[in-house]
Amino acid sequence: MIENRPGLNLLAHLTLMLGVAIVALPVWVAFVASTHTATDFMSGTIPLWPGPYLVENYARMLDAGVSTSGTPPVGTMMLNSLVMALLIACGKIAISITSAFAIVYFRFPLRNLAFWCIFITLMLPVEVRIVPTFQVVADLGLLDSYAGLSIPLIASATATFLFRQVFLTIPDELTEAARIDGAGPMKFFRDILLPLSRTNIAALFVILFIYGWNQYLWPLLITTSSDYYTIVAGIKRMADAVDGLPQWHLVMATAMLAMLPPVAVVIGMQRLFVKGLVETEK
Amino acid sequence: MKRTLFRNQLLPWLLLAPQLAITFVFFLWPAAQAIRQSFLRQDAFGINTSFVGLANFRALWNSPEYLNSLQVTAVFAVLVTVLSMGFSLLLAVAVDRMIRSASVYTTLLVWPYAVAPAVAGILWWFIFNPTIGVMPYVLEMVGYDWNHISSKSDAMALVVIASAWKQISYNFLFFVAGLQSVPASLREAAAIDGAGPVRRFFDITLPLLSPTTFFLLVVNIVYAMFDTFAVIDATTEGGPAQATNIMVYKVYFDGFVGQNMGSSAAQSVVLMVIVIALTIVQFRWVEKKVAY
Repeated sequence: MIENRPGLNLLAHLTLMLGVAIVALPVWVAFVASTHTATDFMSGTIPLWPGPYLVENYARMLDAGVSTSGTPPVGTMMLNSLVMALLIACGKIAISITSAFAIVYFRFPLRNLAFWCIFITLMLPVEVRIVPTFQVVADLGLLDSYAGLSIPLIASATATFLFRQVFLTIPDELTEAARIDGAGPMKFFRDILLPLSRTNIAALFVILFIYGWNQYLWPLLITTSSDYYTIVAGIKRMADAVDGLPQWHLVMATAMLAMLPPVAVVIGMQRLFVKGLVETEK
Repeated sequence: MKRTLFRNQLLPWLLLAPQLAITFVFFLWPAAQAIRQSFLRQDAFGINTSFVGLANFRALWNSPEYLNSLQVTAVFAVLVTVLSMGFSLLLAVAVDRMIRSASVYTTLLVWPYAVAPAVAGILWWFIFNPTIGVMPYVLEMVGYDWNHISSKSDAMALVVIASAWKQISYNFLFFVAGLQSVPASLREAAAIDGAGPVRRFFDITLPLLSPTTFFLLVVNIVYAMFDTFAVIDATTEGGPAQATNIMVYKVYFDGFVGQNMGSSAAQSVVLMVIVIALTIVQFRWVEKKVAY
């Protein structure tokens, strides 16, 4: 701050409070709605303060779900989402850290070609090539499986670039020292590179977990068996199904449960999250 | 560039193999298929395919629906970008004045990043629900009859608000980081020269913030064009009367629901060209750093 201006400070506080309120508004409304019964919405507008049905609604969604919507209990869908998010996050980190190692620490024929093959995926979001990708996964028989949910989303140029950047900043003296001591490439990778990139791995994990958990179109397309529904994709099926008979309190309870794990990760690991976000800026 | 390297010919390929295999099977091959299919046309039963050259692209160019989709995408992307970036910049400038409470406000503003676009869509759809929503009730008191199911502009406003809301935290964090890199000495010098806070913001802070602003501009356009699929699908499904049918949604709809493979593939190719162009722009300009 350059000079003391109480008026401006007050204005800044008011702006921020208003901003926080606007940002929180939809979640507050959803939370309030999830604590009432269906009949409370019949009056025309929804109530503004939480009602007494919090435990009842959430317990019902977690272990039974809405039977008429054809979706499994929310507990099952959350478990599927968790498996998918973890597979995507761990898979991406594993394949991109090894390929970044290969690109930075080795010289081999066609190295540039390999680099460009990976680089070009940076430019191709799955939504853009959705129809042929679906075809490939269907031909491989991966529909309705955890492999089909996660593997096509695993290849990521972003993570490879991040690790390449990290490795380039690691001093050559370390590599030389390791080689003089007789360490081979894999020993160097395991005992020096992995420990040195530990915080980068953690930061990337936070971002990728959120990315994986929030996937929508892909799980919607390739899961037809309700055993593999993920919660973010399932919520839309539920909202469609209850259109005739509005059970908004249950849909909103599901929405709250769908955003709880990633939001908890962001708030609980805020420093890692910010680090990951800034580093993965393409 | 590393001076010390390992001399091994087979090992690097083994290390690269998983990523290259996945990239080839799920990225390059489908992209090539999309390009191939964009030059083909299937008959109604999917039995005969024939090479039709650029006919699919010409059909797109002559299709009022596609031209409408282009226009809708442009309007949508601009509105989302301006709304989200403007709001975030305002909050970031306010937080920049704070000393003790900055971290509290930051925590309260960053979490929407973690909310899935589909969930964001559902939340705002509920708020704006014409029969039981909060906002239509409020709007009715000021004399506006909100209905995004029948009104084109209301539907567009709904998807813009939901998409912009989701992107606020991302823009906010980058603007805060950008503001912190503006040297305090410059602002102090301007203050001594008699420039007030508003003047200092427009003459010093904003120009020095331009690398961040430009980076966010590209990121937000990419976000609005490609990552908002779920927002559209969870709320308006492209309607009413194509008013929110953005290009990514149309690729999906024509391909999976309409089963019009040739047209969908041609649209995919157009989108790929746009993505590649935006990526190149970002790399070129971000490397050069837009600054004065």
